[in-house]
Amino acid sequence: MTHLTKIALLLGALAVSACTNAGRFGQDDPRLDGSAGAGAGAGFVPGGAGDPSSPAYFQQAIGDRVLFLVDQSSLTAEAQATLDQQAEWLLTNSDYQAVIEGHADEQGTREYNLALGGRRANAVREYLISRGVPASRLRFVSYGKERPIEICSDESCYAKNRRAVTVIAGSAVS
Amino acid sequence: MSVNHRVTQVLTALTAALALLLALPAQAAPLRIEITEGVVEPLPFAVPDFIPETAAAGEWGGKLAQVVADDLNGTGLFIQTPQDAFISRPTSFAAPVQYNDWKAINVQALIMGAVSVADNGQLTVKFRVYDVFSGQELGKGLQFQGTTEGWRRMAHKVADAVYSRITGESGYFDSRVVYVSETGPKDDRKKRLAIMDYDGANVQYLTDSSSIVLAPRFSPTGDRVLYTSYATGFPRIHVLDVGNTQSRILESQTGVMSFAPRFAPNGQTAVFSISEGSNTDIFTMDLASGATTRLTNTPAIETAPSYSPDGSRIVFESDRSGSQQLYIMPAGGGEAERISFGPGRYGTPVWSPRGDLIAFTKQHKGRFHIGVMRTDGSEERLLTASFLDEGPTWAPNGRVIMFTRETQGASGQASLYSVDVSGRSLRRVRTPDAASDPSWGPLQ
Repeated sequence: MTHLTKIALLLGALAVSACTNAGRFGQDDPRLDGSAGAGAGAGFVPGGAGDPSSPAYFQQAIGDRVLFLVDQSSLTAEAQATLDQQAEWLLTNSDYQAVIEGHADEQGTREYNLALGGRRANAVREYLISRGVPASRLRFVSYGKERPIEICSDESCYAKNRRAVTVIAGSAVS
Repeated sequence: MSVNHRVTQVLTALTAALALLLALPAQAAPLRIEITEGVVEPLPFAVPDFIPETAAAGEWGGKLAQVVADDLNGTGLFIQTPQDAFISRPTSFAAPVQYNDWKAINVQALIMGAVSVADNGQLTVKFRVYDVFSGQELGKGLQFQGTTEGWRRMAHKVADAVYSRITGESGYFDSRVVYVSETGPKDDRKKRLAIMDYDGANVQYLTDSSSIVLAPRFSPTGDRVLYTSYATGFPRIHVLDVGNTQSRILESQTGVMSFAPRFAPNGQTAVFSISEGSNTDIFTMDLASGATTRLTNTPAIETAPSYSPDGSRIVFESDRSGSQQLYIMPAGGGEAERISFGPGRYGTPVWSPRGDLIAFTKQHKGRFHIGVMRTDGSEERLLTASFLDEGPTWAPNGRVIMFTRETQGASGQASLYSVDVSGRSLRRVRTPDAASDPSWGPLQ
């Protein structure tokens, strides 16, 4: 088993436990209307959103996600502004790792969307690296169209599903 | 399932006796359906309840006839004449066929069956097929034996034989499909692998739903399944033994993600995609040694590879031109030739087991289609249209395609559908829960 696989397994364990947390998507960026999730307030680390060093602050005040145009993985100016702040936070709070999760809307075939989500997540990862975040602290994964947060079948939902979410994975990976 | 079928020929004495009745002038054309011509008028057939030949066999006669009838009706090539239209009802498998009674109600193919249950519980099913208008038996009688749990398979074998005798092509009824069973709302979908008979009966679950599983693919003999699982937190290819449902992750998978696996016709090699950075390419792996070979090397998304039946070529999708299109390359890699040129995007190509056609998913003007084209890209035909159709898989005889259809909106759900290569006989395959990503296995 390669070193990379070991890391993948560790991160995988985190990702799986996160996936079983029904409240996770309920704590979304307040700019989104949050209709997808019930049960907000899962609070998986100490430190509320008011604490600038907390992952909750990262998620809610900075914004943990960026959105993409149809079938695109290039970063908009708005996305870059969000990622500049994400990079700053990650540089300040250097104990944390992050997994960038890439997603696609449902308008695409399953395999292609998996690859497209990977492109999006990697675009975020490369941008954060270009802003000085060490590559070793950043992993990415794609969920393709498997994990929509909005469930209607029109552009208002698709726009929010075409996303890359920077999930703070805690400092457990060592 | 451990059904041990033996196929034996029934005595042919009856045939000789019936030959005397064949003095009548035969119909101009023999009983025959040419599938390629596209059947407008399905052929009327009758299948009376199989005649019970032992006391314990009574319950099976109607069930067997029903499955045979459903199989044949489902093709769209045949249409059942209902039993309440029958003028006479056979009471003995050995009695002469009353052809005039079947001609009078325009039955063209008559399937006569009998069933017996031995003291040890063994089920024996035998049948004969008659061409009513020529007054001849079509082929010889056959007999199958198995356990009572395997009764549906015996009915499917009867239907396969009837289909084969009338169309001249092999059937597809005694086959299984592996797929993804889905439960839960759209934003919290649970997925697990399941296997079923081609008609949705006998569903068994192969995995639990603790991690996302995607796109299972049968091995050529149906003994193993390749699929993508997030069990490690990342998409990785696993192989599952259908017999004992044990699965393992394939060794030495490099890259961030690996997915879209499919077996080579030899059953020893897997072809799949690896994503590294923003790039997704196609690789093969020798399943025994884990040795991996790169087949494509462009900055594009290249995925959904599928072998030609002779193993010499691979069809796949790539967006190297700027949008998803279909390409064919030699099985060892090398220069790829684009075959899709129509408007829209083309993905998930699958090579027909007959070698003649490529099935694909097409997106155009906000609609999804399942279509087929020849391997040089000519004669494209779209077979379906809906909000979201994708992921075709071929019946073992290359005449029917099963695929995923997902409905629109917040309550949207995935189901399995089948359609024949002419675009007829679109029908939903009933499954206990929502279902996606079918892979049709071989004729058993």
